[in-house]
Amino acid sequence: MQNKSIAELAADLRLRRYSSLELTRHYLERIERLDARLNSYITVDAEGALAAAERADEALRRDAAGPLTGIPIAHKDIFCTAGLRTTCASRMLENFTAPYDATVVERLAAAGAVVLGKTNMDEFAMGSSNETSHFGPVRNPWDAARVPGGSSGGSAAAVAARLCAAATGTDTGGSIRQPAAFCGITGIKPTYGRCSRWGMIAFASSLDQAGVMARSAADAACLLDEMAGFDRRDSTSAEVPVPDYVDSLDDDLHGLRIGLPKEYFGEGLDPGVARSVEAAIREYEQLGATIKDISLPNSPLSVPVYYVVAPAECSSNLARFDGVRYGHRCEHPASLEDLYTRSRAEGFGAEVRRRIMIGTYVLSAGYYDAYYLKAQKIRQLIAQDFRRAFEEVDVILGPTSPTTAFALGAKLDDPVAMYLNDIYTIATNLAGLPGMSIPIEPVAGLPVGLQLIGNYFQEARLLNVAHRFQHATHWHQAAPAGFE
Amino acid sequence: MLWSLVFHSGYWQNPMSLDCTDVAKMAHLARLAIDSGQCERYAADLSNILDLVARMDAVDTSGVEPMAHPLQMAQRLRPDVVEESDRRADFQALAPLTDNGLYLVPKVID
Amino acid sequence: MQWETVIGLEIHTQLATRSKIFSATSTAFGAEPNTQASAIDLGLPGVLPVLNEEAVRLAVRFGAAIGAEIAPRSVFARKNYFYPDLPKGYQISQYELPVVGRGQVEILLEDGSVKTIGVTRAHLEEDAGKSLHEDFQGYTGIDLNRAGTPLLEIVSEPDLRSPQEAVAYAKKIHQIVRYIGISDGNMQEGSFRMDANVSVRPVGQKTFGTRAEIKNVNSFRFLEKAIEFEVERQIELIERGGQVVQETRLYDPTKDETRSMRTKEEANDYRYFPDPDLLPLEIDAAFIEAATADLPELPDAKRARFRADYGLSDYDANLLTASRELADYFEAVARICGEPKLAANWVSGELMAALNKSERDISDSPVSAAQLAGLLERIQDKTLSGKLAKQVFEAMFQGEGEVDAIIKARGLKQITDTGAIETMIDAIIAANPAQVEQYRAGKDKVFGFFVGQVMKASAGKANPAQVNELLKRKLQG
Repeated sequence: MQNKSIAELAADLRLRRYSSLELTRHYLERIERLDARLNSYITVDAEGALAAAERADEALRRDAAGPLTGIPIAHKDIFCTAGLRTTCASRMLENFTAPYDATVVERLAAAGAVVLGKTNMDEFAMGSSNETSHFGPVRNPWDAARVPGGSSGGSAAAVAARLCAAATGTDTGGSIRQPAAFCGITGIKPTYGRCSRWGMIAFASSLDQAGVMARSAADAACLLDEMAGFDRRDSTSAEVPVPDYVDSLDDDLHGLRIGLPKEYFGEGLDPGVARSVEAAIREYEQLGATIKDISLPNSPLSVPVYYVVAPAECSSNLARFDGVRYGHRCEHPASLEDLYTRSRAEGFGAEVRRRIMIGTYVLSAGYYDAYYLKAQKIRQLIAQDFRRAFEEVDVILGPTSPTTAFALGAKLDDPVAMYLNDIYTIATNLAGLPGMSIPIEPVAGLPVGLQLIGNYFQEARLLNVAHRFQHATHWHQAAPAGFE
Repeated sequence: MLWSLVFHSGYWQNPMSLDCTDVAKMAHLARLAIDSGQCERYAADLSNILDLVARMDAVDTSGVEPMAHPLQMAQRLRPDVVEESDRRADFQALAPLTDNGLYLVPKVID
Repeated sequence: MQWETVIGLEIHTQLATRSKIFSATSTAFGAEPNTQASAIDLGLPGVLPVLNEEAVRLAVRFGAAIGAEIAPRSVFARKNYFYPDLPKGYQISQYELPVVGRGQVEILLEDGSVKTIGVTRAHLEEDAGKSLHEDFQGYTGIDLNRAGTPLLEIVSEPDLRSPQEAVAYAKKIHQIVRYIGISDGNMQEGSFRMDANVSVRPVGQKTFGTRAEIKNVNSFRFLEKAIEFEVERQIELIERGGQVVQETRLYDPTKDETRSMRTKEEANDYRYFPDPDLLPLEIDAAFIEAATADLPELPDAKRARFRADYGLSDYDANLLTASRELADYFEAVARICGEPKLAANWVSGELMAALNKSERDISDSPVSAAQLAGLLERIQDKTLSGKLAKQVFEAMFQGEGEVDAIIKARGLKQITDTGAIETMIDAIIAANPAQVEQYRAGKDKVFGFFVGQVMKASAGKANPAQVNELLKRKLQG
């Protein structure tokens, strides 16, 4: 069951080959048996999942099933779920249960999905290795000594290990695409504004975007169909019509113009990863696409720009965690100042504190122009590069990450080295463009991701381009040993 | 080539250096308690990050409009309608300390 | 040395919306603590702000009323600081690009001249909650009902040169916001709060002195006293060789002094940046047109019209345009009775005195404009003397009924029958021969005695003009 696509599962459920309750129990049993190796879940909600499965079966019996009715999924623990705790992998929110659902959660529930639990992540989504979680690191299902990537590392590992049919993720600088690449799954970060941010705990508001982590582009399309769309509760939600993402999956790729940015193939790219990406490009040529070399001259600056913009926004977004209305509060505060400083120092981990400090610094008097304003201007240049590129090409391809998954602990003590891991993914967030990562030929038994970047609101095109590749290849079907 | 500048992050020409006074000032603004023992480490980490960030200086941005937001959209306006009802009990169930419907904090002296 | 005072005001006025600026929570005053604080107002994780259209509309109305440019594009920014009544750790405000640009208002000075005061800008922002420092034994209680209430912060140029000018300006802004219906201006409920930036400099010096900011003054009287105290304090300080420190001060009305807030103001660094949860606010001509199409006549225009059309004095015109309700009341009375000056005298005299005495507002006046006009008609047709009319007015104010009913019930109708008055006069002359002698011998003062006697005999109802005329004739013999 765990290797079936969402379309197959939905068909089986409709034909009563098995019930959602059986399917849900099957996943819960796998989590129970296998997740100790991975630590991909922070909270498993067996009771809630079984109750939802029963309701799904009831709906199936009444022929009142939605497109995802009875399909067991997981949510990244950054999405608020009413009645089920939401920790953001932080001690700060260890005991926090939101009295409301995120819009994404609400929409998937309305489509009938069953929620198995909440997946592990980097604390407040700040990290690229899932090692900053208060609930311990997640391990890569392909090699337990390696990281799954981050920040949506729990969702990536859970999907790769078949501990859910699909999962939600969020992507601020690569947090869906990089772990998808490291874990050998398919991840899509839609255009900024495509999915509502309501109820999704903010890291960097102008960059954060919810997306899907699944085993295939077709599965991802099934979830995105339900998640995407305008939400009046989010001022930054786009009022742009949502096409049916499943409908266009099989569109022919003849005449597709693919751009290869030379900046994504230079120094720093692992040769094995480069070869794998080149092989994927040849596959696309076979599928009828034309290849064009392009340049995104300002993209190398995306990391410096990101490490101004994201910390600045995070330093402000995380000011609400003050120990007054919810969240961690220190013992016996001697004064208001003591309440603030100790609650926050105890509640936040090292990386979160570091980013709050950097963000505070770049916004402070005398530095704003040199850092924040400068970064906003270069952000404009980076977006302009893409706008120019998309006049000539339909999709941009390149590696998702310069390397395959690295060892646990390898970069933990060097924040800058860790940050450089997102060098190919960040520019997309700065520009607000949709991006995907799909598994291609592995290197030394470790998954490699191919990144696809589309023009604004071209998710349907990206999913189509990914799906045609997956139709022609089998890399996305590989399962890590022990989790087949 | 910019790539090499970014990748070899340890070899900047003019390293930014923050000292413990800067760290203390940021920690105060951000209301984060920092032990004196952590200060050096923070100063070093933050300096390294600022060195990475300093790569922006190489770009001429004169005449470039700053981009605060990825979407070229305007703010949507909400009709002036009350939709929320009293959920104090739900919200205060999350709170560490309340009394008679008020959130409590150590006495504020001004 | 001669000193010049320089004052600029920042006025926070609460906008009269039903719901908060960024959430659909009620703004009604006086609810139980934290019962009007939604997830958004509390700054719970994952919540997002959406801007209230009405708050924007009201800001635009204000801009139009002071002849300011409405920014076609303005931006919301975050002002970051920690305080328990500020749930998100930042206040959403406008910083570099406010919705209302430069405008101006005119104030009337004591010498009768008019002075133009520049308004630098006005911007939209959210209010904070309230800290309650009493009754919690070592704790401060936080009520967030007010958090997220829409405010318009109106910033003046440093054009004000005395506490009196500052008060005149503040009153002018108060008058305007109420005229155009954007705020109830209720000062007890905190809907109109003033901060004053005060500095002094030697007369003739071009540069400004160092200023102190007096925060959160909520009455015009306190504003005047606080600035007076602060100006004296600064002059004394400088004359003793000291220096004014740029700081925030609070006015203590019980001690009539300002004192420094001992917070670490110098450590404040608000780290403003554009709020990434909100997009630029774009306002087009159609929006402005719709928001301002029904703007009422503004106080200055109304005052000018009252002078020109009704021939009122500056004083009366100013007084009667103090509020829109008062001006409307006056105009209704004037229209019905057809005698604007008589109407002006009564509205600004008897009516205002009675309202002040009973601490009532014009909108709660027990005497309606039609009723007052009815009374004035009885003066015009000589049914009532001025004195009797005052009695009738008092009865009406006490709710005793309509004019004619009161006149009838109290028998207050003026005696204008010449024959009846003559009979009374004849009787009095006959009864007081000595006084008649004195008068005829040239002692004019005795005339008053006779008037008094006649009025007494008629229980005050005899028409005074007729009494005068008839007495004179009869006494001359």
